[in-house]
Formats: sequence, structure tokens, C-alpha cells
Amino acid sequence: MATTQLETNTKIHPYKMLLWVGFGSIVMMFAGLTSAYIVKKSQANWLEFDLPNLFWFSTLVILVSSFTIQMAVKKAKAGEMAQYRGFLSVTAILGLTFIILQIRGFQALELNNVALTGARSNSAGSFLLVIAGLHLLHLVGGVIAIAVISLKALAAKSSTNQVLSVELAASYWHFVDILWIYLFVFLNWVG
Amino acid sequence: MSHEAALHNHEGHGHDDHGHHEHHDTFLTKYVFSQDHKMIAKQFLITGMVWAVLGGLMSVLFRLQLGYPDASFPWLESILGKWAKGGQITPEAYYALVTTHGTVLVFFVLTAGLSGTFANFLIPLQIGARDMASPFLNMLSYWFFFIASIVMLSSLFVETGPFSGGWTAYPPLSALHDASPGSKTGMDLWIIAMALFVVSSLLGGLNYITTILNMRTKGMSMTRLPLSIWALFFTAVLGVLSFPVLLSGLILLIFDRNFGTSFYLSDIYVNGVGALSNEGGSAILFQHLFWFLGHPEVYIILLPAMGMVSEIMSVNSRKPIFGYMAMLGSLFAIAILAFLVWAHHMFVTGLNPLLGSVFVLLTLLIAVPSAIKVFNWLTTLWRGNIRFTPAMLFAIGFVSLFISGGLTGIWLGNAALDIYLHDSYFVVAHFHIVMGVASMFGMFAGVYHWFPKMYGRYLNNSLGYIHFWITMAGAYLIFWPMHYQGLAGMPRRYFDFSIWESFKQFAELNRFISTVAMIVFATQILFLINFFYSIFKGRKVTVLNPWESNTLEWTTPINPGHGNWPGEIPEVHRWPYDYGKDGHEFIPQTTPVGEDESGTH
Repeated sequence: MATTQLETNTKIHPYKMLLWVGFGSIVMMFAGLTSAYIVKKSQANWLEFDLPNLFWFSTLVILVSSFTIQMAVKKAKAGEMAQYRGFLSVTAILGLTFIILQIRGFQALELNNVALTGARSNSAGSFLLVIAGLHLLHLVGGVIAIAVISLKALAAKSSTNQVLSVELAASYWHFVDILWIYLFVFLNWVG
Repeated sequence: MSHEAALHNHEGHGHDDHGHHEHHDTFLTKYVFSQDHKMIAKQFLITGMVWAVLGGLMSVLFRLQLGYPDASFPWLESILGKWAKGGQITPEAYYALVTTHGTVLVFFVLTAGLSGTFANFLIPLQIGARDMASPFLNMLSYWFFFIASIVMLSSLFVETGPFSGGWTAYPPLSALHDASPGSKTGMDLWIIAMALFVVSSLLGGLNYITTILNMRTKGMSMTRLPLSIWALFFTAVLGVLSFPVLLSGLILLIFDRNFGTSFYLSDIYVNGVGALSNEGGSAILFQHLFWFLGHPEVYIILLPAMGMVSEIMSVNSRKPIFGYMAMLGSLFAIAILAFLVWAHHMFVTGLNPLLGSVFVLLTLLIAVPSAIKVFNWLTTLWRGNIRFTPAMLFAIGFVSLFISGGLTGIWLGNAALDIYLHDSYFVVAHFHIVMGVASMFGMFAGVYHWFPKMYGRYLNNSLGYIHFWITMAGAYLIFWPMHYQGLAGMPRRYFDFSIWESFKQFAELNRFISTVAMIVFATQILFLINFFYSIFKGRKVTVLNPWESNTLEWTTPINPGHGNWPGEIPEVHRWPYDYGKDGHEFIPQTTPVGEDESGTH
């Protein structure tokens, strides 16, 4: 309308906004799954079991990795290439560790006679597999992004062209971290 | 068309397409892997049209069965082979046809074909941006849709046929390979196609939202956006928030189908298989997840049509849209309510009656913003200097259908009535009018209105009028009688009604509906001829602003290149609806506010 005040373009980079809107859709996906979990749990035939300790370790790992990627962003901005590469690589390794721990966690459940799939499975275990598994897929995407950025960082002389990429990767990484914390709390105590 | 003589227009520079981002394109980068939002829009439109023809053809085939259940058409066997043995469509083929018709029309035509086309085309042009926030993701969005299309299409050709359990894909028909022939490979392909489709729609939606929030030209505040953009914005928000939930539901379905889990399946007894080994699954859970998308999906389909109709009505009434803020507020209200009413599709699932009554209340609340919109469209028309272009006729037709179909929504939203009317032809009539045909009308209105901007040529008006009047009359002739059939208890999804004494009275009516459906389908071919002929041979557009419209897309060259504006992006000084203000016929958004101009509209 003719009388409303003018707006200039907002400061946030379009890619960052794309990413943030994307978080909204990922959140809805897990909101759908955890809601289904609650509905299913309230019905008959629900197997109660404790999460293996491995999931505690993986939670610790992903928390630390959020710290390391934030350091990578800081070093990229400061232009300290060696440390920037270092923190990126550590984050990628921590990401891989998380992946391994999660898979070991699933295996530990199977060994405990909590079938996740197949004829003997109970949907309590299946839900854990689907929810944590889909989270893991999202994290794999993050690891791939970090790996690509790391390769570019190895080739690049300065980090000025990489600040946006590493910031985007870091936002995504924190998001996947927070998502896991939510899921961990949910699977342990709420669900 | 007398109104293309532009008062305040410059002569168009037809071949001046040196936008800022103009590259030397090869055929492949210009027409196939294009990152230009306008080309992607056309790709969505034409793919959507292919699907509309296929989906429409399917409806003609199953209407043939419903209208002539005893007749035999040998030519059918030569087309469909074993699906029409002896010239009559088999029950399996019939269910496959209605299922695919529903899936294709809802998702591939009225979601991708409608908002994919017009969000891509209109958003950058009307907000004053050179392209989307991420042209690359935008291109991916189309190609995911394309691959989804190929997968869905291929399901028509597998030996056991496409999925045949209804477009809602309820378990156990969708979860169990042995439930029906279509539940085997056909269902696998259906899920893959739908998963790819969700990805396409998310990539598109993220882009639309970000572009609208972040890439508007100078002076284009949110309340100066055309209502078409607002509608596409809310559409994208609905899609981004509800499609992931469908994906969750489909992932659980994949696990039940392939990995023996028990999300939806329980120890039911299946003929020929025996009792399943699954325990404790709930088929209703899928319905919740499905309709949490399914209901917003109705508005994903409807809102773009509403937005474009608002825009087209204002332009062709030569009047400001009545109640801009109310239009915006009602779009917002509809978007919120869209998420809170899904269980009204599930009144007969044994839903807690108290919960049911909450959903009744929330559902009926949608009547409020809907009525506001209808009121505002009618008051926009009121005493307007109306130009009955084909686009305007389709816009008015949209309002007519929206009223007719909306009124029966009030019936169905009441649980007490819905328990009787559920799964009857009354429901078929309701949603086809209010969502299906109404949105098709919005899409037609959009195509007729923006075709000159898309291709630099006009569609043929006479063919447009014939197309409109037959389609308009046909829509009512097809779906109006279905209300009576539904009230008489005629259930949907039945293969043959002639074996029930109570439905024999409708034999002639069914034949009538089928005949009209075929005539209406044939009329759409007229539109296709008009469309493709006009792309190459239509009358050329010679002025920048043929409809004398205020919005920014008409400030671009007649055939805009990638980047849209050859020079600077124009600055915006006013809202888009200054028609008939201070004695001016129309004042484009780029015109600065004059010193003695009245402030209000």
C-alpha cells in the first residue's frame, strides 16, 4: 500500500535463509515421526527397553563436534588456514565416529534381543531405527558437505571464499546436533 | 481485444533481451537444464499439461465403465490389452485408473503444474528479482519432478499394474504386497515417485519462500506485494511444513512393506496368505500422517488459484482489489487452519467423538476466511468496468465453483452428516468442484492471463471463450448430479452400480455424466491446440503491458531474457492495485506517488 514504510533487502544471505527454511521442513519430518511414536506408544503391544550406553557416547561426540566446527568458522574468518583445516578435519572425524557409534548402538540393541526389523520386531525398536536412522542420514549429508569443504580448503590458499560455505555447513551441523539432542531426550525420557 | 491499446506504454523492444545474467546459451542450457525461472515455469506447465491429459483420459476411461457398465468396446482391448479383456475395463484396471487419476491430478497437475508453474513464473517477475534465491535448486526441483513423473508413468506399464488402492494409499492395501495386484511393483513405484515428488516440492518451496522474503526490489514492502505472490508464499509455507510429514508416513510404509516392521500392519487375516506375523500395527496411524499433509494439500492446490484470481479480477475490473488486508488475513487464516482440520477426513475411523467435535468446529471456522474472500471478489467486481477476457471468465468461474463447492464443505465438515455422506458421491462432487475444477479454472485463468508474458504472443480469444463456456457448463453438469447420487447413498470407488437395485435409478444419469465428461475432455483438446498453436503462430504482442496492469512483470521487455530486466530493476512506489485512482485508469507500481495524489485508496 502506498502508505507503508519502505523495506530494503534484509541482511541475511539468501542461502542462509534457504537453509533455515529447510530446517523448518526437517523439523516437521521428525515432528511427524515423534508424534506417531507417542500415538503408537499409547496403544497396546509396546516393548519397553533402555537405550544402550553407546548412544550416550555418540551424544557426547556430536556435542564436541559442534564446538569444533564453530572453531573452524572462527579460524576461517580470521584467515588462519592451518587451524581452519585442522578443525574441519576433526569435525569430519567426529562425524564419522558418531555414525559408527550409532550403528554399533543399533547392533547392541539387536544383540539385546530388541529386534528392529523383521517378524519378531516391535514397533518400539522399529521406531528407534527409523528416527535415529533418518537423523543419521541427515548427519551423513553434513559429513559429505564438510568433506567437500575440507578438500577445497586443502587446495585453497586463503579462506575468504569459504566463509559462507563453512558458515552454512556449521549452521547445518548445529541443527543436526540440536535435533539429535531433542531425539535423544525424547527417546530416553519422553517417548 | 480492444484493451491492449496501451495508454501509457512504451513500444516494446521485442528482441532486447540483454538481461544482466544473459549468457550464450546452448539448446541444452536454455531449454533443458535451464536455470531461468521462466523456462523452469514453462517446463512445469508443459509437464503438468501432459499429466492433465493423461489423468483426464483416465477419467474418461473409468467414466466409460460407469456410464456403460454392460457395453463392450472392442477398441478398448486394442489400447489397454489385458486391462480391458473383451472390451470391458476389468475391476483391477478400474481401481488402478481411479487411483492414478487421483494421484496424478492432485500432485502432478494441481501441485507441480499449478504452483510449480506460477510460483516460478510470477515470483521473480512480480517482486522485481532477476531470478530465484537459488536457480540451481530451482532447476533440481523441476528435474526431481520430471524423474518422479517418469517413475509414476512407468508404473502404468508393469505387469501387475499401477497401484490401485486409492490415491490416499491406506494400509493394508498399500503395505501388503499380496493385498492386490497393484500393491506389488506398482506400489513400490508409487512410493518412489511420491518421495521424489516431495523432494521436488520442498526444493521449490524453500526457494519460493526465500525469494519472496529476501529478494524483493527496492520499495517492494510485503504489503505492496500482489495477492498472487502472497498466495504463492502461503502455498509454499504449507508445502514445506506438510510434505515432510507425508514423507515420514511413506518411510514407515516402506519399512512395513520391505523390512517386516509393524507400524501399520497387525495380525490381520489375508485371503490366500493366512494371518500376518505382524503385531500391533495401526492402519489409522497412516491416515493421521497422510491427512496431516492431505488437508494442507487441499490449500496448496487452492491458494495459488485464489491469488491469481484476485490479481486477474482486479486488473480486469479496472478496480482495486476490495479489502487487500482482509484478503491477506484470510489467506493467513486459511494457512493456519489448514493444519488443524485433518481429522475431518477420519470421522468414521472410530475417532473420539469429543475430538471429532473439536475438528468439526475448526473445520467450520474455515468458512469465515473463505466467505471473506468470496465477499471481496464479488465487491471487486461490483460496479467495475469489467473486461470479459477468457482469463477473467475463468476467474469468475473459479469464484462460482468455489462458492458451490464450499457450501457442501459445510455439510461434510459436520461429523453427524459426514458419517452418512462419507465415501459417497457427495464427497466426490464436493472436492471435485471446490478443489479440482476450481483450481483448474484458476490455472486456466493464469495461463490465459500470463501467456503473452510467457511466449510474447496471444492465445486465440474465440477458442478461449468456447473453451470456457463448455468447461463451465460441463463442470456443473458432471458434478451437480453427483450430489444427489451421494445423498441417495451411492458409494464412491465402486466398479459397477448396475447390480444394485437401489442404484439402478441412476443408470441414465451415470450415462449422462459420462457423456458430458467426454465432451468436456474433448474441449480441453481445443485448449491444447490453442496453446501450442499460439506459441508459434499466435498474434504477436506488440505492447509491453497488454492488460494495462500495474504489476512489475509488465515492465520487462516483451520477451524478457534471463535476468528479466535489461537495465536496473525498477523501484516500486506503491501497491499494485491503483486502478481508477484520481482519474487515472491505472497507475503502475513503478510510478512515484504524485504530490497531489490522494493517500488512501
